[in-house]
Amino acid sequence: MSILTLLFYAIALLIVAATAMAVTRRNMVHAVLYLVLSFFGTAMLFYLLGAPFLAALEIIIYAGAIMVLFLFLIMMIRLKKLPGMFFPVGQLLPAIFICAGFLAVSSVLVGGNPEGWTPMPAAQASPAAFGVYLFQTHWLAVEIASMLLLVALVGAYVLGRRVRGPSADTRKEAP
Amino acid sequence: MNYLLGLIVLLIKIAVMLGGLLLVASYLVWLERKLLARLQIRLGPNRAGIFGLLQPIADAIKLLTKEEIVPTAADGFIFRLAPAVVAVTAMMMFAVVPLGPDIRLFGRSVPMVITDLNVGLLFVFALSSLGVYGVALGGWASNSKFALLGGIRGAAQMISYELALGLSLVPVVMLAGSFSLTAIVDAQSGVPFIVLQPVSFAIFVISAMAESKRIPFDLPEAENELGAGFHTEYSGMRFGLFFLGEYVHIQVLGALTAVFFLGGWHGPWLPPVVWLMLKIFIVALIMIWIRGTLPRLRYDQLMALGWKVLIPVSLINIVVTGAFIQFAGFS
Repeated sequence: MSILTLLFYAIALLIVAATAMAVTRRNMVHAVLYLVLSFFGTAMLFYLLGAPFLAALEIIIYAGAIMVLFLFLIMMIRLKKLPGMFFPVGQLLPAIFICAGFLAVSSVLVGGNPEGWTPMPAAQASPAAFGVYLFQTHWLAVEIASMLLLVALVGAYVLGRRVRGPSADTRKEAP
Repeated sequence: MNYLLGLIVLLIKIAVMLGGLLLVASYLVWLERKLLARLQIRLGPNRAGIFGLLQPIADAIKLLTKEEIVPTAADGFIFRLAPAVVAVTAMMMFAVVPLGPDIRLFGRSVPMVITDLNVGLLFVFALSSLGVYGVALGGWASNSKFALLGGIRGAAQMISYELALGLSLVPVVMLAGSFSLTAIVDAQSGVPFIVLQPVSFAIFVISAMAESKRIPFDLPEAENELGAGFHTEYSGMRFGLFFLGEYVHIQVLGALTAVFFLGGWHGPWLPPVVWLMLKIFIVALIMIWIRGTLPRLRYDQLMALGWKVLIPVSLINIVVTGAFIQFAGFS
């Protein structure tokens, strides 16, 4: 048990606990904050595994941008707390199926390859090395992901655009 | 033994840095009040001590001894947490700012930076994006209309300008070839980047001012429409922490402008630390001057400036810089 292993398990525990709290909170803002804590844990894990660049991106993109947007929405719409069971059966069952499927697939993937169980030596990837690796070996996946994001962006724009007649403000400005 | 020594040196560095930051922050308040007063043909604080120099100390004692009120309808924990988020994220950014070249102390080389991360720039950026939580949560947890409006405005404004802020720094990273702030300063030993990247510099300063929520970007706390915006319900030292965060942020802005564009601690004749302090001081003076001069932007002007001007211009700037590096062989 080296100190790195101890740190790993401590952080993993933090992530699992924070995520569990995030899923079960009724107050949406609290849930968002626990999820942010979980992302912090993930970033620490990345840093521990020698990927400071990924750790920084995790904080900037997930904790700093996506969760802020969530928070923004929650603050704007002010949800009412619903009485009754927290997870309706209709949501609980699909969730369990998806989790079980994910667990099965990932354990086959990790367990099928004996190299997956041998510990890797400690290393640290510099941002430049990471970028070169990503864009030389996985450029296609990166491009597909960016296309997907572009489609989502255009879709959000189309949905969000409101067609409306000239309002009082614009009429006033027109000569 | 070496570990212990390293830890002691690190703790000393952190203590000196934090002490300096807080002291300078309190005197920045004094400077701002004095300068604003002069710009508006008033006298400013002049009762406590000569030239009102003891005013920051009097203010600090007042803030610390005032009663702290947490509104009944507020979300207690988040209400108490939010001011700390603002102050802590601002102060932590200084962990990667290099104050000078390595010095030799008792035969050992001691770097003049708390930690030289190889993703230093992203570290600063991550903290700046976490600073949004302080404003948004402070506004939400107060459970008051004005505070909530201020918090929402703050979140929207900071997310919008973060993009321009990040994109304006991409050419700097391209020229320096590293995210490390020490390497960026080293790359400017000849020519500071403000000469090579004037457009980047302008975008960086404008969007960083928007991030610090000062006039002309102070919509989250617009006092004539929102009371005091996201910190309407705060009192005592919790309000003081928001205030402290703002003035530490001015120093952060000065330090980052100096590191990314003005050559950091490089400069003739004077010692490196003095040069850095001088550059921070000049940026702070200009920010106070701007506050005394410009009116507040309207909300649609704010969004249009961020999304329709700064972001496209910074994208073009990145492409042009890339072309220069590729074809003119200049880096």
